[in-house]
Amino acid sequence: MSASAVTKSPRRRRPLREGVFRVSLYACLGVGVVFLAVLLAYIVVTGWDRLDSRLWQNFPSIQIPETAGAQSAIMGTIWVLGFTALYCVPTGVMAAIYLEEYADRNRWYNRLIELNIQNLAAVPSIVYGILGLGILARGLGFGFTVLTAALTLSLLVLPVVIISGREAIRAVPDSIRQGSYALGATKWQTIWRQVLPQAIPGMATGSILALSRAIGEAAPLLLLGGLAFVTFNPAGVFSPFTVLPIQIFNWISRPQEEFRILASAAIVVLLVLLLAMNSVAIWLRNRYQKRW
Amino acid sequence: MSHSAPTPRVDDREVPSLVDPVFELADLTVYYDDYAAVRDVTMDVGRTQITAMIGPSGCGKSTVLRCFNRMNDLIAGARVTGKVSYHGEDLYAEEVDPIEVRRRVGMVFQKPNPFPKSIYENVAYGPRVNRMRPANMDDLVEEALSAAALWDEVKDVLKKNALTLSGGQQQRLCIARAISVKPEAILMDEPCSALDPIATAKIEDLMHDLAREYTIIIVTHNMQQAARVSDRTAFFTAEVDEEGLRHGRLVEYDVTSKIFTKPGDSRTEDYITGRFG
Repeated sequence: MSASAVTKSPRRRRPLREGVFRVSLYACLGVGVVFLAVLLAYIVVTGWDRLDSRLWQNFPSIQIPETAGAQSAIMGTIWVLGFTALYCVPTGVMAAIYLEEYADRNRWYNRLIELNIQNLAAVPSIVYGILGLGILARGLGFGFTVLTAALTLSLLVLPVVIISGREAIRAVPDSIRQGSYALGATKWQTIWRQVLPQAIPGMATGSILALSRAIGEAAPLLLLGGLAFVTFNPAGVFSPFTVLPIQIFNWISRPQEEFRILASAAIVVLLVLLLAMNSVAIWLRNRYQKRW
Repeated sequence: MSHSAPTPRVDDREVPSLVDPVFELADLTVYYDDYAAVRDVTMDVGRTQITAMIGPSGCGKSTVLRCFNRMNDLIAGARVTGKVSYHGEDLYAEEVDPIEVRRRVGMVFQKPNPFPKSIYENVAYGPRVNRMRPANMDDLVEEALSAAALWDEVKDVLKKNALTLSGGQQQRLCIARAISVKPEAILMDEPCSALDPIATAKIEDLMHDLAREYTIIIVTHNMQQAARVSDRTAFFTAEVDEEGLRHGRLVEYDVTSKIFTKPGDSRTEDYITGRFG
């Protein structure tokens, strides 16, 4: 290093590299954003003509695309998703509590459970469909019903609910637990009155995001009778059903142009549901920012 | 000044004798797995006295403190040998419920840790989890906050989140919270180390007031604080064994004025005069 290097004026070095790097970052970001924008615009434009009350007031029809609607699929989605939430949220939260607050990590079986949950989150959804078909629909005789679909989707998103629940519990500082124990609170009281109330926003956010994965799932439900042509709303957990992604799949695979438009309109409905759920998740997260 | 010991508090009351102690430690050794964090501690803690535990980092004073209310139970791998007695009863006996111990022996931590709830709920939490069902919870909350010298500052904002209080107020709230379950003793683990001098002075004044009713054990890094507030002082140090591990030891335990003016052990003298630690 010569002395002249030190005495150089403090001008910015390598402006070119800096600039190239910055531009390439924008480019990468742009790919994602532009794709999404184009996709959304294309679907809204295509489906615009059918984005009216017929869509949710009428039932699907094979012959007359002009009056066909997706009411049974919308109601089916709500039913299936509602019961999925009912099954997977309590189960996932309990599992997360066990793993974070009770499990002794030195025991091999607890480590095995942890490893399993992480792996389960990566299993392709069609595999869950096969599981649902073999065990729930056939083995337990639940048939092709809302119950089977909801339980299958519950299993599918359970790992995500557990993992996000654990993170939410872990984010509660230990000093809060210590403060509670030091007052003579039991473990149950400490978890129930201090840890869970603090962890609920995080858990809710994670659960909603998990459910918004479930709402878009078509693959496992294809195996579970969701593809059947259903022209009535579910009347209970033992009703046959269809859901929006499958109805969309069904319409897109038809030759008539009108059904393709209808499919685009249904996609918009699905996206609106999805965005609504995600906004609730974001709102929850911001509303209950950690305050310690 | 750096080579002179802090002046012990001007005594406005006699240091009571150790007859009928609240706690008695006999050869207490605390292990974390196989590692002995502190060894062979024997000392008695007098009723309604302030007992200070001082010493350099890693000397095991906080570990010993956490034996008085069995908070060490919460650390995986922690176990004790020797004896910790509370009014003559072995605290680590099979039939003793650590939860009941913690109700009778409160604790205040180094960093103020109010619950992220309202000021009122922070104080009412202890009585609630202990199913104390006072005739009037409002009175109990007021009483605890008054005893912690916080009532006048917060009486109009009881519904406000406790985390909006200043650090010193939060720590006094934690003291109020500890008092709310009417314990006999209060353990304080460096309660002022996160506070400014003014907040520290308030807590020290408060400790004097509380010592009329409660037995207080305080761990502190601040020798001046030990000299100012305590009746008795225990000096711990860390000994390094042949494997390089540090083990805490109780070097000397005596009336505070004696520890700071005529220490019986040269290590104590070195520490309090600032030659070591």
